[in-house]
Amino acid sequence: MKAAHEVVTLATMRFKGTESYLTSESLRSAVDCAVALQRPLLVKGEPGTGKTLLAEAIAAAMGLKLLTWNVKSTTKAQDGLYVYDAVQRLHDSRFNDKDVRDIRQYIRHGPLGESFAAPERRVLLIDEIDKADLEFPNDLLHEIDRMRFKVIETDEEVVAKHRPVVVITSNNEKDLPDAFLRRCVFHFIEFPDRDLMQRIVHVHHADMAERLVDQALGVFYELRAFSRLRKRPSTSELIDWLAALKSAGITSVKLDEQLPFIGALLKREQDLMAFADQFGGKLPKRA
Amino acid sequence: MFVPFLYELRSRKVPVGATEAVALGQALVQGLHDSSLEGFYFVARALLIHDEKHLDAFDQAFAKHFQGIESSSMEITQQLLEWVREAKQPDRLLTPEEKALLDQLDLKTLEQLFEQRMKEQKERHDRGNRWIGTAGTSPFGNTGKAAREGMKVGDAGGMRSAVRMASERAYKEYRDDLVLDVRQMQVALRKLRAFAREGAHDELDLDATITETARNLGDLEVVTRPPRKSNTRVILLMDVGGSMDPFAHLVSRLFTAAKKATHFRELRTYYFHNCIYGRVYKQASFRDPITLPQLFAETDRRYKLIVVGDALMAPWELMSVSGWSDDEGLEGVVHLMRLREHFTASCWLNPEPPSSWWQTTVDVIRKVFPMYPLTLEGLGDAVGQLTKAR
Repeated sequence: MKAAHEVVTLATMRFKGTESYLTSESLRSAVDCAVALQRPLLVKGEPGTGKTLLAEAIAAAMGLKLLTWNVKSTTKAQDGLYVYDAVQRLHDSRFNDKDVRDIRQYIRHGPLGESFAAPERRVLLIDEIDKADLEFPNDLLHEIDRMRFKVIETDEEVVAKHRPVVVITSNNEKDLPDAFLRRCVFHFIEFPDRDLMQRIVHVHHADMAERLVDQALGVFYELRAFSRLRKRPSTSELIDWLAALKSAGITSVKLDEQLPFIGALLKREQDLMAFADQFGGKLPKRA
Repeated sequence: MFVPFLYELRSRKVPVGATEAVALGQALVQGLHDSSLEGFYFVARALLIHDEKHLDAFDQAFAKHFQGIESSSMEITQQLLEWVREAKQPDRLLTPEEKALLDQLDLKTLEQLFEQRMKEQKERHDRGNRWIGTAGTSPFGNTGKAAREGMKVGDAGGMRSAVRMASERAYKEYRDDLVLDVRQMQVALRKLRAFAREGAHDELDLDATITETARNLGDLEVVTRPPRKSNTRVILLMDVGGSMDPFAHLVSRLFTAAKKATHFRELRTYYFHNCIYGRVYKQASFRDPITLPQLFAETDRRYKLIVVGDALMAPWELMSVSGWSDDEGLEGVVHLMRLREHFTASCWLNPEPPSSWWQTTVDVIRKVFPMYPLTLEGLGDAVGQLTKAR
């Protein structure tokens, strides 16, 4: 009956963001849905919109520990559950170092397995799931759905004591399979509009002159609207650029060939060329 | 209750089914939508939509489905009545003056009056002194100037804003039947892959290692194998100049995406103008020509051919002999057919929308190559066709 009680407390719990993480109503609503329905929350959006930070914010807001599983192109679904170190066992058997009959010593939990076995609820972040092979999300379906898996080598079942709050981020490098998507609560983090961006900038550069921030944001959004760019500057680039402006003691900026530290905003050769082409002047010097 | 809305979504090609319906039902039972249409909008969006390309369709469907409710007031009576009750609770959406006004009225009477008016009122109403609507002086409504007691309807309740939000269609640019950016193209191209084990043995083959070690009576015998590598070879053939100029950015994006696609074992790019006569060029400035027979000799049917062009030209360009030494006395269309024959996995991407594909030359080329529009959807279909062809 404890489980049922838990569902109630979780369902009534509402996510409000944290001091350093600003949210929108749609994002709060999506987080609430995911937590209450115990489904993974899939977060997509442009790079630099704070997808990864969301998991930290949820963990902080709910007072839970965060486990992170950084997915790489070589990551397999099995790595998240457990790894059986057969080579070590073979090696040990050769030198009689340990009791190799106890296979459990050679089973190590991955992040998903760890979050199942943990004594309290965890927030599990599966970061950049699209980096892995196309089949990766499908291979995880059953485990995320049922919150249990079997260790084949020992014939033991690992069942989640507390269903972890699963947050999955995707950079949109690959389409995710439909069957996987159907089980997720989806949220697309929009690129922040000017008002929100102003607040975000304020969080990072509280002491910055209002006029400069205003001008810089103007330049930033104009650059983003410039359709010839192959990679549009994102939030983190804006924050870096502002930091550069601040440390150089620059007090005003406008969008022309003299734009300082353009290299902090545009990082591709072609984009810099397109910029020079559009706004006149030679190829700007990199800061 | 929300099922017709799901069908509205399905009619707009948003894949929703029983799983989504059940999830939405659970969410509503748990009250996640805070009994407001705005809350419902967010909850439904989070649960029904799985891809940003469907967000725009969702907004359209939502606006259409719930727009009606906004004006045909009868349907929302229940919800409005709820607001009245909530308004009676302290600190809810009302200024002290409004609350004072509200207190003058007995809730029961107000509700009855409201219900009665709702029944009489059959249509949307603005600027009156009796009906429920906006900018009026009736006791019910929004942005009105009722000097006497009454209640505010809408606005903060969220319905108007949810529908308004939906009508803003902020996600238009994420639709998949619009032309695409580099990243989206990369995603589509990534499906174009096939793996094979080839090359140096530098991956541990665990199963074989165990088998061999056991066979070796426990003496560790490590077995390696070549890693799985992509085996996809692609030829990108692009029409440049003339009528293709307006699409130069789009084609260059496709080019960038293909170049960045690390999973291609080999990518060859060639250029042509309008139609292909015996040769194509390695440079967009029509230098470094390579003749088709030479190209056929260097490549085999494992290569996948993607032609990008608007297929627009004067009919004689397609149907006549160019007179160049390389063309072997064959018409343009015959060269295209030879390409199609050599590369069984081939397709034509057209940046012009399908609605303009009726022109003669487009129509002829469509009979030679399977033609797809250069949109995310079209590119996806094209890639699907290329992977199927062996």
